[in-house]
Amino acid sequence: MGELRLMKGNEVLAEAAIRCGCDGYFGYPITPQSEVMETLMARQPWNETGMTVLQAESEVASINMVYGAAATGKKVMTSSSSPGISLMAEGISYIAGAELPCLIVNVQRGGPGLGTIQPSQADYFQSVKGGGHGDYKMIVLAPASVQEMNDFVDLGFELAFKYRNPAMILADGAIGQMMEKVELADQKQRWTKEEILEMSSDWATTGKTANRKKNIVTSLEMDSDKMEENNRRFQEKYRKMEEEEVRYEAIQCDDAEFVIVAFGTSARVCQKAVEIARAKGLKVGLLRPITLFPFPKKAIQELARKAKGFLSVEMSAGQMVEDIKLSVYEAGSNARVNYFGRMGGLIPTPDEVVEALEEKFSWELSYGVKRSY
Amino acid sequence: MELNVVTKPEEIMDIKEIIKPENLVYQKSELLNDDIMHYCPGCSHGVVHKILAELIDEMGLQEKTVGIAPVGCAVFAYNYIDIDWQEAAHGRAPAVATGVARVNPDNFVFTYQGDGDLASIGAAEIMHACNRGENILVIFINNGIYGMTGGQMAPTTLEGMVTATTPNGRNVDLNGYPMKITNLIAQLPGTSYVTRQAVHTAATARKCKRSLKKAIQNVLDKKGTSFVEVVSTCNSGWKMSPVEANKWMDENMIPYYPLGDLKDSVKGEHSEN
Repeated sequence: MGELRLMKGNEVLAEAAIRCGCDGYFGYPITPQSEVMETLMARQPWNETGMTVLQAESEVASINMVYGAAATGKKVMTSSSSPGISLMAEGISYIAGAELPCLIVNVQRGGPGLGTIQPSQADYFQSVKGGGHGDYKMIVLAPASVQEMNDFVDLGFELAFKYRNPAMILADGAIGQMMEKVELADQKQRWTKEEILEMSSDWATTGKTANRKKNIVTSLEMDSDKMEENNRRFQEKYRKMEEEEVRYEAIQCDDAEFVIVAFGTSARVCQKAVEIARAKGLKVGLLRPITLFPFPKKAIQELARKAKGFLSVEMSAGQMVEDIKLSVYEAGSNARVNYFGRMGGLIPTPDEVVEALEEKFSWELSYGVKRSY
Repeated sequence: MELNVVTKPEEIMDIKEIIKPENLVYQKSELLNDDIMHYCPGCSHGVVHKILAELIDEMGLQEKTVGIAPVGCAVFAYNYIDIDWQEAAHGRAPAVATGVARVNPDNFVFTYQGDGDLASIGAAEIMHACNRGENILVIFINNGIYGMTGGQMAPTTLEGMVTATTPNGRNVDLNGYPMKITNLIAQLPGTSYVTRQAVHTAATARKCKRSLKKAIQNVLDKKGTSFVEVVSTCNSGWKMSPVEANKWMDENMIPYYPLGDLKDSVKGEHSEN
């Protein structure tokens, strides 16, 4: 067993970055995630592992520092919160277009605009549908505990390098700020120059040597036929992620007539809501997507064969609910899909969730069958 | 070295007789490849590329160099010089270069940026990279216009100068003043060597090469940021012949952007200029 500690989610991100052999962190302060850089600066990993930590002049600069460092084959990351991620959208698009591996953490707060510093999940669309310009996808991991904040740093880098694609940890202010018991990983060595050359010599800008052609990291291609070819390659990569990288947790779903779908902090609330509903005799389960892209479409479609309804519980006006609907309708199921959520930095309570479930599915609960449209 | 001089028709030699190693007086750097450059004839980019390739070659830096190309006419710089390159988003080259240099302190990293890229959209990134004293070289091509997008006003466009977006000439009440960003850069303690050069004559080009060499050496010696502005022509954007553009630059650009060193000191000292 690894070292056990009681830590804040944001602090764990910093600790996990150091321990997984991260080469560099570039960031800009923004509530509610400033502890990530603060913890790194206090830990001074440059003395211990040689990891670089730099406070940039803006989120625009941080993501471009990530671009530059990632393009040399190194493990680099940034973290921010919603408005900062909007500023990074340009850079993320370039990173996806240049096929660079990196880790981006969004500890979400409520929007739109300056919004609030309280937790939110309203950046779901921005994270899973692109966010920046052009057809691209990020691998999006949604932690529901401080332990997962720890685990997903290493996993995020692993997936980012496997696909040469940006990966995102989509957390929220509650998980960033709350303290929980966490089992830390053992310290991994940073990759050596030789290891990087072995892995990335066909693309990384490490300095042109006599034994290879020059490497050019770019997202630009003026020949439209070639640019379409690039896009096809990206799409193929995203399809492969959809086939191989879907992660989710199903809680009491085997006999579920109603399935709550929720991620991150809402999933924690909904775990309690399932207990309350079960105590009332309702057959309710919880499907918790861990990867938001790729979305656990097949798991939902499988459940849709028996379930009478799905309730998407989100700290937003209802964004993931669209992906659930698409999944259910594509499966030809007539299970109803509803949404319940809170906005503006508020977190739904378990009782509110059960109440919403009973109200939105009152027809099914009264007649005991699926409602046809 | 003795050159064969042809004087009479009966003495005309086979061209192969003339092109012999002992007759060679100039050779382009091996790092400058044979791709046909997309730059317009008369443009300064080609000369600056040539000088840069020569220096990387002569100083033996190919294996440790990472170049950051901008958005602008030099976006395809990566096609011409045989080193590793990254293409940055518009204005972000100094941040990208920071990322490279910070996690690879043994590399020689430079950005190559135009006036729109560096002085307008990337003004924040260049100021802060220079203020942090990143160990990078910045090559700043100032031709007073947005060349690639079709000749629009740049921050460095001179007062009264006609561009696609200032058809009646730059009006300072409307558009503000031509920006001497290199003078601002020279005030930042992170920079060690800040200079303004040109390449429109053989003499200025030779001087520019000497300055660039010094700038590169400063970066290798980890003295902080070196910044080399090259006042340049954009004859296509200025709607002039190459010869007219050189003359116009001499008469208009250089009086406003005078050539010479603005700062030559070790990191940490302020400029007196």
